[in-house]
Amino acid sequence: MCTYSTEKVRISGSAKGASGWFKATEATVYFDHPVHAPLGHSLNVDLMNPEQGPEFRAAMELDAESARGLAEAILKMLDSTPDGLKDH
Amino acid sequence: MGLELADQIRSALVAGLVDMTSADGETIEAYVASPADDHPKGSVVVIHHLPGWDEATKEIVRKFAYHGYRAICPNLYYRQAPGAAPDDAAALVRSQGGISDAQLVSDVGGAVDFLRSLPDSNGKVGVIGYCSGGRQTFLAACSLKVDAAIDCYGAFVLGTPPSSFPLKVGPLDHIAKDLSCELLGLFGAEDSFPAPDETANLSELLDGLGKTHEFVTYENAGHAFFATDRPSYRVEAANEGWQKIWGFFGRKLS
Repeated sequence: MCTYSTEKVRISGSAKGASGWFKATEATVYFDHPVHAPLGHSLNVDLMNPEQGPEFRAAMELDAESARGLAEAILKMLDSTPDGLKDH
Repeated sequence: MGLELADQIRSALVAGLVDMTSADGETIEAYVASPADDHPKGSVVVIHHLPGWDEATKEIVRKFAYHGYRAICPNLYYRQAPGAAPDDAAALVRSQGGISDAQLVSDVGGAVDFLRSLPDSNGKVGVIGYCSGGRQTFLAACSLKVDAAIDCYGAFVLGTPPSSFPLKVGPLDHIAKDLSCELLGLFGAEDSFPAPDETANLSELLDGLGKTHEFVTYENAGHAFFATDRPSYRVEAANEGWQKIWGFFGRKLS
């Protein structure tokens, strides 16, 4: 189906899309039809800057297992990083 | 070379982009395909799915032209992302909560008017949509005067999506009484959205309202069985489904 479920989060950082690096202000996460991945549905993440325009987007489409592995790796890395480094 | 060849082609088609006016007066872009002749012909509005005004949907538009119809697919995300790549536009629109039902009806209404205004139109216009476009087909057919409608596995025609679904969709049962044409529904038995019990409930509702419809549920097929570019493609269901489409539009749009 075209799932309507979307998680949206404000973010601070940068991403690299089709037009190069840009300031990313927003991320959306959803499980829906991919554009490119050979899957019926995929976990999709868009890092975006809607104020700059729709082309300021870095996208990924992962199968569910890969997405969970990536999420766990991100959390593991953050948990093992000293707090003092996270502010800079 | 291209122009020289064009003179030799019989049963030629034309396809490309046009500007069209939505019913609310906004100009939006649309993809249109048509037999390149002046014979009277029926028309079809193709409603793209949530992932956008993509290449696969435009291929469907050309398929209708090959079968003798003039077909148009309005870019439902044009207002939010004019000129953007279809996937970027879809991502932006999703982040904004999707498009409203009112905007959908306005854009499909403008497309219907555009098609009927062309001198070789026979005045008959059908609507077809896939996935989220299936729900929107039902919405359009209950909101506009059209001659035939085909809902291909549209979910949430009835019932409300879970609260975690932030897009602007709601149940359409209150407008079912206004369905302006015969409805063909093509579904997969293995689909969860819409599941067979949801389509059975819709069929029951339409029966109660005296609305003519035919629902076909294909075994061994789930959601998006028409989508040739996705693993969900089921050749048997898709081929049988296309035969149903040609028969239905052949009766209603000639």
